[in-house]
Amino acid sequence: MADLIARPATHGLLPIEIGSVVLEDAQPEAITWIAPYNRKKSAVTRTLGGFPGPGQVVEVKAGRALSVGPGQALILGAPAACDDAAVVDQSDGWTVVALDGAAARDVLARLTPLDLRDSALSENATARTLLGHMTASITRTGPYRYELMVFRSMTQTLIHELTRAMKHVAARARLSGPG
Amino acid sequence: MRLTCPHCGERDLREFAYKGDALALSRPEANAELQAWHEYLHIRDNPAGPTRELWYHTPCGSWMVAERDTATHAVHRTMTPAEATK
Amino acid sequence: MRIATGGLIDREKPIRFTFDGKPVTGFAGDTVASALLANDILLMGRSFKYHRPRGPVTAGSDEPNALVTVGEGAEARPNTRATCQEIYDGLTVTSQNRWPSLRFDAMAVNDLLSPFLAAGFYYKTFMWPRAFWEKLYEPIIRRAAGLGALSGQPDPDRSEKAFAHCDLLVIGAGPAGLAAALTAAEAGADVILATEDTRPGGRLLSETVTLGDQTGREWADRMAARLAAMGNVRVMARTTVTGVYDSGTYGALERVAEHVMPGEAPPTCFWRLVARQAILATGALERPIAFPMNDRPGILSAAATRTYLNRYAVSPGARVAVFGNNDDAHRTATDLAAAGVTVAALIDTREDATSDGAWPFYPGAEVIETQGRLRLEGLTIRKPGGTLRIGADALAVAGGWNPALHLTCHMNGRPVWQEDIAAFVPTANAIPGLTPCGAALGTFSTAGCLEDGRRAAEAALDALGHSPKPIDLPDAEDTPYSPPATWAVTAPGRAWLDLQNDVTTKDVHLAARENFRSVEHMKRYTTQGMATDQGKGSNVTALAILADATGRTIPETGTTTFRPPYVPVPISSMGAGHAGKGFAPERFTTSHEASTARAAPMIEAGLWYRPSYFPVHGEKTWRESCDREVRMVRECVGVSDVSTLGKIDIQGPGAAEFLDLVYTGTFSTLKEGRIRYGLMLREDGHVMDDGTTARLGPQHYLMTTTTAAAGPVMAHLEFVAQGLRPDLDVKLTSVTDHWAQFAVAGPRARDLLNSLLEEEVTDDAVPFMSCWLATVSGVPVRLYRISFSGERGYEIAVPARYGAALWRLLVAQAESLGGGAYGIEALNVLRIEKGFITHAEIHGRTTAYDIGMQAMMSKTKDFIGKAAAARPGLTESTRERLVGLRPRDPANMPLPGGFLFTKGETPSRANAQGYVTSACWSPTLETHLALGFLASGPERMGETLRFTDHLRNRDFEVTVTDPVAFDQDGGRMRG
Ligand SMILES: [Zn+2]
Repeated sequence: MADLIARPATHGLLPIEIGSVVLEDAQPEAITWIAPYNRKKSAVTRTLGGFPGPGQVVEVKAGRALSVGPGQALILGAPAACDDAAVVDQSDGWTVVALDGAAARDVLARLTPLDLRDSALSENATARTLLGHMTASITRTGPYRYELMVFRSMTQTLIHELTRAMKHVAARARLSGPG
Repeated sequence: MRLTCPHCGERDLREFAYKGDALALSRPEANAELQAWHEYLHIRDNPAGPTRELWYHTPCGSWMVAERDTATHAVHRTMTPAEATK
Repeated sequence: MRIATGGLIDREKPIRFTFDGKPVTGFAGDTVASALLANDILLMGRSFKYHRPRGPVTAGSDEPNALVTVGEGAEARPNTRATCQEIYDGLTVTSQNRWPSLRFDAMAVNDLLSPFLAAGFYYKTFMWPRAFWEKLYEPIIRRAAGLGALSGQPDPDRSEKAFAHCDLLVIGAGPAGLAAALTAAEAGADVILATEDTRPGGRLLSETVTLGDQTGREWADRMAARLAAMGNVRVMARTTVTGVYDSGTYGALERVAEHVMPGEAPPTCFWRLVARQAILATGALERPIAFPMNDRPGILSAAATRTYLNRYAVSPGARVAVFGNNDDAHRTATDLAAAGVTVAALIDTREDATSDGAWPFYPGAEVIETQGRLRLEGLTIRKPGGTLRIGADALAVAGGWNPALHLTCHMNGRPVWQEDIAAFVPTANAIPGLTPCGAALGTFSTAGCLEDGRRAAEAALDALGHSPKPIDLPDAEDTPYSPPATWAVTAPGRAWLDLQNDVTTKDVHLAARENFRSVEHMKRYTTQGMATDQGKGSNVTALAILADATGRTIPETGTTTFRPPYVPVPISSMGAGHAGKGFAPERFTTSHEASTARAAPMIEAGLWYRPSYFPVHGEKTWRESCDREVRMVRECVGVSDVSTLGKIDIQGPGAAEFLDLVYTGTFSTLKEGRIRYGLMLREDGHVMDDGTTARLGPQHYLMTTTTAAAGPVMAHLEFVAQGLRPDLDVKLTSVTDHWAQFAVAGPRARDLLNSLLEEEVTDDAVPFMSCWLATVSGVPVRLYRISFSGERGYEIAVPARYGAALWRLLVAQAESLGGGAYGIEALNVLRIEKGFITHAEIHGRTTAYDIGMQAMMSKTKDFIGKAAAARPGLTESTRERLVGLRPRDPANMPLPGGFLFTKGETPSRANAQGYVTSACWSPTLETHLALGFLASGPERMGETLRFTDHLRNRDFEVTVTDPVAFDQDGGRMRG
């Protein structure tokens, strides 16, 4: 019996480095969708070790929990379980990449209408928004680092859009740079 | 134009889909008269002024009601459907 | 003519470019217009209608005349303002709307015909015969009239779009804008300062004013440096704010790399700027005076003359006359003389004006005629006591100022007339959150602009909740503005208003005489203000002429308005990034690479790409492949990727009741481990979607939707959960992308699975319409026994990371059994043979009754669409209802879109009895088959109808059949 070989969505496509920005794979071991049942949020919070409010990322036992919708979170890390919530494994439903570098914000500003200023998207803040034409999740994980999530089937479009924006940002830097 | 998703906060219009009058939240009882269903399904005002509209924030899946003025384009208030039907 | 010293040009950096093929040299800092003027080239274009020779009249984006084509090939940019385009080495500039050359233009004959080409000429002349308009008149007129031509090549799509957010957007960086930006930035607000120019400064770069102990230019440079050093300020140069939209959203066009040789950088960026507050500091535009033959090359605005002189060290002529109705004329004469240019005359319409300059001065005088053909040679003035001819090669005209209030009109704000400055100013609160200031508000002194900028910023800070800090503003000139009163000179000859559309004062008078007395009618009739400059120079003057012609005051006559964009925005900027792969996301299944490796042509299904068929060696047409794949499934086993179907995970104590509400059928009674077909209606009683739903646990369901409806169904379910039944505790999430799912169908499907799964599939363990957990090579999979082919069928679902591997395995095993992969062409044939519907049938106008599924509508519970589906009109048996159709001659294909007629009736729309929705060649039954809708269809089995497709010229007979053409009792799929 042949083995089923697992293949990451970004297989052979990443990393990409253009100018001061690197786009790399950031797929966690597991992605678990959790939606606490009505009036069960505190029980779920206890079980998981936390639950994020709107726009928040919180550390939980299994990893990091991102707010992704009303009463919904995604836990990125180890598989998570909880009796008082709807729990769905979405490990393979999302592609997670990281955009890292001094101009990462400028790259994103070409694709998302989201307010990316520190005052609106601080470190450890997350937002559901658009990236090009795709619905996406954007999480700021460092001063110059963002984790981006789109549906797995759109991985190639995600990389195409980001690459184009990275090229433009780098070309602009050369334009205003020396000479 | 910008709208405030009850979950995500203020966002650009392109993140939202317009879905008609907020009247759609007031579904008649199953055994209601045909006339009530007719009005629920088809009868809409077309005001130049304040309206209550249903919008959908596509990225997060939140439905909301926006109180908006079609004459000035001012958005006065947005709220969850539960808040709107309270 | 280049002045020996001064200007903001770098004389150490000569730049070489070409104009109509001839080499021209300018300096870094020059625009095309300033460099050409420096080389005594004044003739830069031909007018739209009369092909009159024209030179620049402005030094900015309001330029109507000096439109040129920049660059070559697909990168060429027609209608570029020579007054804005910076020069660079290797730039090619070409003049427009002339043939064979700019100096000799054959179409200039139009100018001789101008007495016949007045306003309304086309409307009056080419009315009859009507049919001639499209074929004859319009093509001829279009060829004669026009601006630059497009390259005809595909746009290379090199531009970009971006978003930016700020607390305060300051539009314009003259004294008012700089004072505003500084005030706001010092108070800690997040500021974007956008300037159309290459650098901040505005008119300070063009005038010889002082601010404190600095020149205007020095102060502007110092302020720009101070702002650039602040972390909370973003200075955006070469950025024109083009439009105002709701909720503080502004569109802006940045010319990123149009000032350098095309390379990797995007030529433009179209910005969507979001600002909580904004300040309009766009300054003012100098207006012309309408006098006879005021359009000759060499006649330009006085403000532009000073810009060329002080900023570019260029004079438009060696002997320059100045004509004006206010003190700016005197300022211009002073600057010209200071630069060493001969002032041929200073002509002031005001009788009481005085001048102590060393130039001929004519108060109470007007220019009544000009001479020269390709450039100005002289002018005739009417002064107290007679007329006088003056030799001059350039004429600077100071007609007063119009506040650049254009953006305040974008949300329906109507400018208001302010008598003391004889100009329109922005109406109060025209744009929520936008505060006009400085010259844009009618404050024309430098000191006034600085103070006004600070005041506007303080108001914005107040609205933002910031406290202003005191900032020092320098002393500056505070001369009161002398209101200009003269709009036009009364004298024989054509006085041009709209230079771009060749509209004269006569045309406006004609419009008034013919009763087009409303401004809007006058504009349409004469085309005044409707060219690419939107009448920036001419609107107010034309309104004043109309007021005069109709004996009304200006406010009585009307107001002016402007629409976005403030300057033309290339479509390639608006659509940047949206060509090709940027048009829409591409969604790929995990089998995509394996499919393309087998040369399967891909077809778009929504955003997804699915294989049409898998050609094997020797097959020449898609039909050969499709027929083989259908037979393979019917006789052996086929494998198909069905991952694109929507999959929605539904959980919670309220899940069962929720499904009972959204489906016509009952799902609360479905047993765990079993699957049921579901029909979903819209609330108006028509079918929304269909699919199967499996019960995975007591409170856990998995719904499938069609590929196309996955998104809309999800939004609908969320609407029901959040809006209609928030009391139900139910949680929904899409798992479409998490699972790779493959259909395994055919008599040998079970054999194939048993060669792969670690558990044995038996019909007892996995009966029809059940689901099961199994394992492949240690990987847990879900198995659903459902069939869209009519054969024994399973769908096997695996987490997407294993999709590619499982697909290869399934195809290999299928091939070893004599089967293989099949695409959506075969999938479609299989379902038509079985009478299964898709969105071709549930196209939004059909009910459950129409598709023969009325029995699926529960009588014992409420569901979405139940009440409306019961309406009398939706349940009449005469409705068009689903039937199968079979051509009398099997070779005839009843194409979808064709209509059905009762035999003997004329095939006209009124007689149509129904229409065809799906059709195929059935290799199983060796005939063409179709599905369609027919009035009273199910009652007409066996009837022969006439099928007619008027579009594709088909006309033959078909027989009405049951929709299920193959295996009517379903024995094959139940096993
Ligand atoms: Zn939201």
